[in-house]
Amino acid sequence: MKRVEGLSKLTGRELYVDDLSVDGCLWGATVRSPFPRGRIRSIRFGDSVDWSEFTVVDHRDIPGSNSVFLIEEDQPVLAADRVRHLHEPVLLLAHPDRESLRRAVAAIDIEVDSEPPVLDFRISPRPDQIQYGNDNVLKHLRIEKGEVERALATAPHMIEGVYETGAQEHVYLETQGMVAWEEDGVITVTGSMQCPYYIVDAFKHALDRPEDRIRIIQSATGGGFGGKEEFPSGIALHAALLALKAGRPVKLIYERSEDMAVSTKRHPSRVRHRTGVDADGRLLAQDIEVVLDGGAYVTLSPVVLSRSIIHAAGPYACENVRIDGRAMLTNSPPFGAFRGFGAPQGLFACERHMDRIAARLGIDPVELRRINLIREGDSTATGQVIRDGADRVGIMERALELSGFDERRAEHSVFNATDQTRRRGIGLATFFHGAGFTGSGEVFLDSEVHVAGLPDGRIEVRTANVEMGQGALTVFTQLAVDRLGVAPESVVIAPADTSIVPNSGPTVASRTAMVVGGLVERACDDLRETVGLGADADGVALTAAIRAWHAAHPGEELLGRARYRQPEHIEWDDESYRGDAYGAFAWGAYVADVEVDLRTFAVTVRDFVAVQEIGRVLNETLARGQIQGGVVQALGWALLEECKWRDGALENAQLTNYIIPTTRDVPPIRVEFLEAPYPHGAGGAKGIGELPFDGVAPAVANALAAAGAGDPRVVPLTPERVMDLIMSSSPRDEDSP
Amino acid sequence: MNDDRMLDIQLTLNGKRISVRVDEGERLLDLLRYGLGLTGTKEGCGEGECGACTVLLDGLPVNSCLIPAWQARDREIETVEAVPETELSSLHESGATQCGACTPGVVMTAWWVRRNRDVTESHTLRQLMAGNLCRCTGYDGIIEGLEAWLAETSGDREEVS
Repeated sequence: MKRVEGLSKLTGRELYVDDLSVDGCLWGATVRSPFPRGRIRSIRFGDSVDWSEFTVVDHRDIPGSNSVFLIEEDQPVLAADRVRHLHEPVLLLAHPDRESLRRAVAAIDIEVDSEPPVLDFRISPRPDQIQYGNDNVLKHLRIEKGEVERALATAPHMIEGVYETGAQEHVYLETQGMVAWEEDGVITVTGSMQCPYYIVDAFKHALDRPEDRIRIIQSATGGGFGGKEEFPSGIALHAALLALKAGRPVKLIYERSEDMAVSTKRHPSRVRHRTGVDADGRLLAQDIEVVLDGGAYVTLSPVVLSRSIIHAAGPYACENVRIDGRAMLTNSPPFGAFRGFGAPQGLFACERHMDRIAARLGIDPVELRRINLIREGDSTATGQVIRDGADRVGIMERALELSGFDERRAEHSVFNATDQTRRRGIGLATFFHGAGFTGSGEVFLDSEVHVAGLPDGRIEVRTANVEMGQGALTVFTQLAVDRLGVAPESVVIAPADTSIVPNSGPTVASRTAMVVGGLVERACDDLRETVGLGADADGVALTAAIRAWHAAHPGEELLGRARYRQPEHIEWDDESYRGDAYGAFAWGAYVADVEVDLRTFAVTVRDFVAVQEIGRVLNETLARGQIQGGVVQALGWALLEECKWRDGALENAQLTNYIIPTTRDVPPIRVEFLEAPYPHGAGGAKGIGELPFDGVAPAVANALAAAGAGDPRVVPLTPERVMDLIMSSSPRDEDSP
Repeated sequence: MNDDRMLDIQLTLNGKRISVRVDEGERLLDLLRYGLGLTGTKEGCGEGECGACTVLLDGLPVNSCLIPAWQARDREIETVEAVPETELSSLHESGATQCGACTPGVVMTAWWVRRNRDVTESHTLRQLMAGNLCRCTGYDGIIEGLEAWLAETSGDREEVS
């Protein structure tokens, strides 16, 4: 099935939030902290502006609790007396004219008594920098399996390494934006978002009103990648506060520079490995420390850390594993959800470390993986026994075959011996990604989906899971068509409007097709049973039965329902962090072939092969698009996208000098799927959206190492870093990445 | 608005001659989106980096965020709204659009390539499309869709399947 909204997007008819024409609408703007940390002394409104023309909102206008409701309640909607990061929202303004707003924002002077900020998450804070608990640790988590110290002490070889990854901006092509208005006592917000019900929760809390006076509607969303998971809740609240005070609709749209400067980014990381290995290369013990930069508030860092440590030991069988994870407070804008959600950081370190172990032992890195990859019946770091029918070694062998790994390696050694100015290398990464919420997360979400039979006989799928480019509308349509045997034209997907759709959970964690799609299938079954039909009934019979039901029940609603039920095989203990972390893992093996220019130190990716097992592929074109897009976004993180920080905020907050890949920076991405259907996923599918991000940076770094570009342990590998790697001849200190 | 900053201009927009009053500091992008309600053209960065706002000015692709509206005086502007839906099947089938925010700009550059095929003799499609940033597709869906579009002879498709 082709993308159902594809032509609407190609013709430009699709309406995004800034395309909506709202009568009597004011523009909104945000006035922000000029300092990373301190106490607000005064706010001065310059006399060059006629302030009577403006709606001005501050923290005193918040009817409920001044916090953006999430895991903890520490992040204010608007700073009251203290600020904890540069650009923290302090005031809101609304006015009919955008240019007047810009001048007004510039005429406000927020005076702050500065306090010492924390600007580097890797350095222990001084006492005067403590802002959370007694150590600035936002979250501490630990996984233990076997006896790591004993195994390390007796291991024939111990290999250590420290690895770092930088922040990354999502660069969804549509910037953040919301429009809010109050109508008949209901505050309504429409805008760009992944999680309508997160915003409902945030509104109940901060606006102190019941759910039936809150209506959240997703407008067409121009990319999310996690950047529109938790962050839009704050913007929605800001737009709503302005609209409530002004008594008129307010549109709050971020320009690119504001969006990049203030929005969440991927968590920077520092990961240390100490690994015990026997002479043949078998992993005996993995001791891993993960530290993430959480930024100024807790937000989602505890769960990003959780996913990071669960993936940090890689897809390998090892009996003794200890993973210690901490998310640290710093005075940067909070880091947030971003495709992969901590896993790419953990896997970059792990997969680069595997190649370094191989080099130390004089073993082929491919062979090292062949020895250690999880076989059926082996267990992960949390003790999750893997028995899913996927052939992890086979996935790797296929990637090697498709990329011509051995032949290329031989060609490169000839090339590198003869070419004066270029070096080539090929690198591999094997990895996995757990789909859906971690551990018992899906149980807590308690997602619900409705499938309605409409009076005219059509089917309407109602979920809160949004289309943001990944293909949710198409996959839901396809699942309903397949399940009910009706024509695609007779399936409609309800708008993600909380006055219509039940809470089927957030559009995150690669859960939409696998988990919510499964609920769509079951709600279809329930609808069919409600109208008295058996599973063998065809679409024609169903359409007739729906019409007949409505004739017999005029004015009533015909709903099939489904609520999440945890598959019986899943057992998880949140206290000990042991058990089945995910219902299913998707598996991948990626190969990058790179060339580095010894004059410019620019890296060219000559070829990229992505082989993965994602359960059943529901839609080949959409699935390929997810992999190719994820790989290219991760190539940006690996090679180009450097966040430059000053005083805890992004200095290069514009696309002129924050460089994302263009058509010319990447090769065609060669994608192949292997299929081991997952019985609990919709149509046998596992999650797919985040997997492709995980294997790219380590494959590239391993390829660069193979090309003779030193021992890369930090991404992004910008030309400056590659130059340092190639030019520096001094021996490496294990502790310095 | 201050009247002495306003200019009356005429231009041809999607084949129609129109008269409009524009502010001397107004961007062509804003005239199209807010002044004329043609919201197909998107703003991605506002500084000529991303290409989401690409329109054709006298037949050549430009970033409408970098063009003052008054510069459209007596010239011909084409936006995504002018591209017939029947032309877009190849891009639809290949997965050239995901979130859709870059798509109108991609379509306009591709439409220009399609109507000026000789540019493909001197440039690769990846060179020609390098001015349009896309964060979703990884570009393969776009390049493959454009290849297929170029392979179609005009009028190949009477209707969209």
